[in-house]
Amino acid sequence: MLTKRVIPCMDVKDGRVVKGVNFVNLRDAGDPIELAQRYDEQRADEVIFLDITATHEGRATTVDMASRASEELHLPYCVGGGFRSVEDIRTMIAAGADKVSVNSAAIADPTLITKAAAAFGTQAILCAIDAKQVPGNPNKWEVYVHGGRKNTGLDAVEWAAEAARRGAGEILLTSMDRDGSKDGFDLALTRAVSRAVNIPVIASGGVGKLEHFAEGIIEGEADAVLAASVFHFGELTIREVKEYMRSQGIPVRL
Amino acid sequence: MIAVVDYCKGNLKSVERGLQAVGGDAHITDNPEIIRAADAVVLPGVGSFADASQHMVESGQMEAVRDAIAAGKPFLGICLGEHLLFEAGVEGAAGPGVDGAVGDPSLPVGLGVVSGTVVRMPSKDAQGVLYKVPHVGWNSVEFTAECPLFDGIASGEYFYFTHSYIAPENECAVATTKHSVTFPCAVQKGKVFGVQFHPEKSSDAGAKVLANFLKVVEANK
Repeated sequence: MLTKRVIPCMDVKDGRVVKGVNFVNLRDAGDPIELAQRYDEQRADEVIFLDITATHEGRATTVDMASRASEELHLPYCVGGGFRSVEDIRTMIAAGADKVSVNSAAIADPTLITKAAAAFGTQAILCAIDAKQVPGNPNKWEVYVHGGRKNTGLDAVEWAAEAARRGAGEILLTSMDRDGSKDGFDLALTRAVSRAVNIPVIASGGVGKLEHFAEGIIEGEADAVLAASVFHFGELTIREVKEYMRSQGIPVRL
Repeated sequence: MIAVVDYCKGNLKSVERGLQAVGGDAHITDNPEIIRAADAVVLPGVGSFADASQHMVESGQMEAVRDAIAAGKPFLGICLGEHLLFEAGVEGAAGPGVDGAVGDPSLPVGLGVVSGTVVRMPSKDAQGVLYKVPHVGWNSVEFTAECPLFDGIASGEYFYFTHSYIAPENECAVATTKHSVTFPCAVQKGKVFGVQFHPEKSSDAGAKVLANFLKVVEANK
């Protein structure tokens, strides 16, 4: 039976992990590859590197990182952030990334998904969606870009369905309302998107405790759950999360 | 030397490094002569069957790999590389109504080592329950026949999958996995092997599969 995935996400800038990682016994807490190897030992199912680098030189460093990751990691990894064109994506895939995630560029030009999926296969293209609930309307969410600062006015559920139709292989769904809150995933949002598409949905944003991971799968109907700080700060280990999920009847790889 | 065939699709380095990590003398090459001369051939791959088939035929790689297999060299196909062991595949095939038209002689050709056509994974099971496709993530692999690739690995071990197309029922199946349907996820015909999952992305269990393939290569020298 296909297991539900637990995915740690690292923010990477100029090839280094940012957002204070507090992990015991790391030789170099800023090295994304070493951190990913630790997560591999804890039975992480894959890892996501979110590139928040702004400069051209910094992007080149991230490509180098992806290249090193393809040589040193023995689990799948995705690189997200900053892709503007099929050529940008080609550079990252050629460096060795198994998948890339596209976000605002795909909203500006949805054919980017179509073209990238045709070139690299649907399994290589994640569509990342940052969604925020419309005030006063609990069952409607809109898509935001530029780190949640700009409302595109797009309906998140409809955009997810279009991305899937265009060939995205997975949806990486982040609730902007819950991100950083530790209140748990936005379960209604996750469920609405998961039911609207026939591709896997990765729930993201808001995890604070063990129960939240299981809720994301059972109530949110997600196929995978993503978290960052709870893992980086050592509050929870991947293994603890998976053992808890298993105790709730969720199939996991331990 | 183990030739890791580069047919201009996707990530080969992790396959090359995965083999090297267990002691294999693996090198990426697109050269048909090097493929023919190698001790063993590994065909990795993501991307579509049609593109891969066309590129391999035009570059002379298809014939080189066929020659290597005919000469008794061990072979390992991974994911799309496993699909290419079959006679044909519907993925990415051009033309009217081709998707799903199994048996169509105009379908892109594979190596034809194993009979049958690679088809799209159904999105519903026999009861009509919906399943997400692509089939992405770690799934358990049940061994259905003895296979040297799985020495020292327990049936039911998890491996990483990412694909939308599956091998048909066939006489060479040695393992199965269940998603919307139960499908053959590993095949063996003599020293020719194919796996749907990615051993190079499957942590320790995957490294064991690559090490086992290496043993077959060494024994064949």
